[in-house]
Amino acid sequence: MANVVIDITSFSFGVGDKEILDNVSLTVYEGEYVSIVGPNGAGKTTLLKCISRIHRGGRGRIAVAGKNLEDYSQKELALKVSYVPQADGRHAPFTVREFVLMGRYPYLSPFSPPGPSDTAAVQEALEVTGTLEFSERFLGTLSGGERQKVYIAAALAQEAGVLLLDEPTTFLDPKHESDIYRLLAGINRKRGVTVVSVTHDINSAVLTSRTVLALKGGRVAFCGPAQDFINEEVLQNIYERTFSLMKHPHHGGTIIAPEVP
Amino acid sequence: MGKGSNYRRMLLGVILLFTIVVVVGAPTVGLTSLSLHSILHPSEGGLDAEIFYSIRVPRVCVAFLAGAALAISGMAFQAIFRNPLATPFTLGVASGASLGAAVYVRLGLAVSVLGVSGVSAFAFAGAILSILLVYGLTRIKSGFSIGTLLLAGVALNFFFSSAILFTQYMSDFTHSFRILRWLMGGLDIVGYESVLNMAPFVVSGIAIILFLGHELNLLLTGEEIAISRGANVGRIKKVLFFATSLMVGGVVAICGPIGFVGMMVPHICRLLIGADHRYLTVATILFGGTFLTLCDMLARTLIAPAEMPVGIITALLGGPFFIWLLLGKSSSKMGML
Repeated sequence: MANVVIDITSFSFGVGDKEILDNVSLTVYEGEYVSIVGPNGAGKTTLLKCISRIHRGGRGRIAVAGKNLEDYSQKELALKVSYVPQADGRHAPFTVREFVLMGRYPYLSPFSPPGPSDTAAVQEALEVTGTLEFSERFLGTLSGGERQKVYIAAALAQEAGVLLLDEPTTFLDPKHESDIYRLLAGINRKRGVTVVSVTHDINSAVLTSRTVLALKGGRVAFCGPAQDFINEEVLQNIYERTFSLMKHPHHGGTIIAPEVP
Repeated sequence: MGKGSNYRRMLLGVILLFTIVVVVGAPTVGLTSLSLHSILHPSEGGLDAEIFYSIRVPRVCVAFLAGAALAISGMAFQAIFRNPLATPFTLGVASGASLGAAVYVRLGLAVSVLGVSGVSAFAFAGAILSILLVYGLTRIKSGFSIGTLLLAGVALNFFFSSAILFTQYMSDFTHSFRILRWLMGGLDIVGYESVLNMAPFVVSGIAIILFLGHELNLLLTGEEIAISRGANVGRIKKVLFFATSLMVGGVVAICGPIGFVGMMVPHICRLLIGADHRYLTVATILFGGTFLTLCDMLARTLIAPAEMPVGIITALLGGPFFIWLLLGKSSSKMGML
């Protein structure tokens, strides 16, 4: 059995008196691809932010690589976990290369210029994500799909074993969407990076990941193998509507058929 | 297109050269033309040497320190709040510092703590209190937008301005005049006392910010990304707020509130050299100091023997130049911030 990289036990998190995550448990193994799904406001993004310690506090336990989250300094944690936030439409005035280089922050000291290992990591991240050709352009000039690849490149340059992504394909056209999924699958398989991705795209979640975690109202509504998730009863319970299921023509697995309005 | 590091180093070199020319040249320019011989032989005790060493040189020092400090404080605020309009002036920090200084004058105190003049200490206290107030607002309610923050800053500004006027109104004639004269903002100082008062504040503030180049870059990309890259954002912000309070307090105590430098100089430098704070910080320090020195030189020579408040010149010169830069090609591509 592979090592456990993220171990969440009975974790609850609230803002004010509003409980956003309620008794959530999840175990992620090294090299796994986990999708987190669920209705809007289920606490998916909050869970990612708690793992990357953007949100602090909460009750229960989150451990990364066997060590409690509170025992990490922010820099140490950045060596283990990287995070790609949801697109917020704001751009810092940096070029792609400058931005990707910032992924090396946990390795840099205040005045030293980036060393050969930093330059190499940046170059490789740019190549893997196919962003090298526009590496001198400013972030503000990129399309949504290009931007998303650059953000993934920056997280890759961080060389952490776990990659957390928040809705990486939202707002993307089908081509860019499949580009991103292929990129993530490649990173997961070839480099052994553990991927935890929040998504609303149930079909892709089922086709790309081994494990699916579904949240509803801050609670775990489903956690298990992806193919068990694609079940009429489970889905209806989570999304409060009916789904018709079908066989994928190439993959052979079950997927959700588009609804006829 | 991005700017290579060679280009940036070259540009920094040009700015440094410009700085040296201005700083060395500025004390020689003025109402009275001074003889070089007298300046080079101060031991002979000529009047020219006296004007040069006890009036013009300290004045240039103060102008440079103040310009550098104000510009770099503005740069730090723009990065922390990710907004081109966020500066210690727009967010009410400078007026908080002014209030602190005005209260000190009103109380008629003359104290110094560990060699730091009381008025600087009061201005620093005013600055740090207003930062706590502004930043506290963002913490009380989550999802506090930058628009609301700027509005709160404007409100704070008005509040402090009224409080300053109130302090002044309640003062006797001498105190009142001292407050008013100081509020106009100016660099007309004599001797090195002001320089020595200001320098520790400005130098330590600048040193802290120089040290945080990578962190400022990360803050500019957004807090969440900064945290996930390993930056301890909470602590970094506190350190930056402390450093800017030091600088704003130190400058405002001596020169009064001089606006515009803090908003404009960082933008100009960002357009010239890019947003990478490893270069931007140095450029902003040099350019801010040089810019205010230059403006002060004009302020004291243009309508000589009278003097203009330096704030008039900074805005008159800087405003059109700034707009010209905004209309240029590069600004739209990279976005102002």
